[in-house]
Amino acid sequence: MIELAFWILALVMVGAAVAVVLLRNVFRAALLLILCFFTVAGIYITLNADFLAAVQVLIYAGAIGILLIFAVMLTRNVQEGNPFNRLKIPALLISLLVLATLIGVIVGTDWTSVSSPPQAVGVPVDQPTTSHIATALFDQDKGFVLPFEVASVLLLAALIGAVVLVRDRDRR
Amino acid sequence: MHFGIEHYLILSAILFSVGLYGALTKRNAVAILMCIEIMLNAVNLAIVAFSRYLVSDVVLLTGHVFAIFIMTVAAAEAAVGLAIIIAIYRSRESVDVEHANIMKG
Repeated sequence: MIELAFWILALVMVGAAVAVVLLRNVFRAALLLILCFFTVAGIYITLNADFLAAVQVLIYAGAIGILLIFAVMLTRNVQEGNPFNRLKIPALLISLLVLATLIGVIVGTDWTSVSSPPQAVGVPVDQPTTSHIATALFDQDKGFVLPFEVASVLLLAALIGAVVLVRDRDRR
Repeated sequence: MHFGIEHYLILSAILFSVGLYGALTKRNAVAILMCIEIMLNAVNLAIVAFSRYLVSDVVLLTGHVFAIFIMTVAAAEAAVGLAIIIAIYRSRESVDVEHANIMKG
């Protein structure tokens, strides 16, 4: 069952990603990117990551997708479309080289050789993960409280930076 | 090869390569940003696959925490990147990255 879901989602995902790269129309590319984000959320569900799937739909498909469509609308140049540059063939070679290297390493490695489970918060498969992610984030000993606070400062800085960048300086 | 971590990692590798190809070849700055988002999604997919399959029958949540941090940084990156693109579009009337050459010597 999970295997079937994986194959369907994987096909749609790779097809949407390839279409994002190949389509001439930037707006359609943005819509297909949102489809790609949704299929990634589906893949997270097959990996027993329910909270991450919800976050993926909210942040990527919701926030980032809308932001990208907004930018496409603001900067759309119908004549130019979404062209390729001169590096089409070299970039294809480099991408295929990266893909071949990654697949070679993935297939050649024995992924079952973990001798002892690492000291991390874990959940049995098929259990909800949301409350345990809170433990993993905010635990006293093995939590990520300082990175969490740094991330909030980063978001604030990005927010202020984005507002400053797009502010119209002539009309105060 | 029975169904397992390899499938997810190869899917992640394919998604990453597609994003890399787009990021290297596109001339529209918004499209480059989209391809970078695809690459970040591929990395997140690999991280979540590792956290699920590293120990069988247990989901290790450190990977999920890292994926959440990557999503945070990706959101910040998208906001600032699109703000920069809109600022460039205002001054140059174009989002073609080959026209953004003010700093070229």
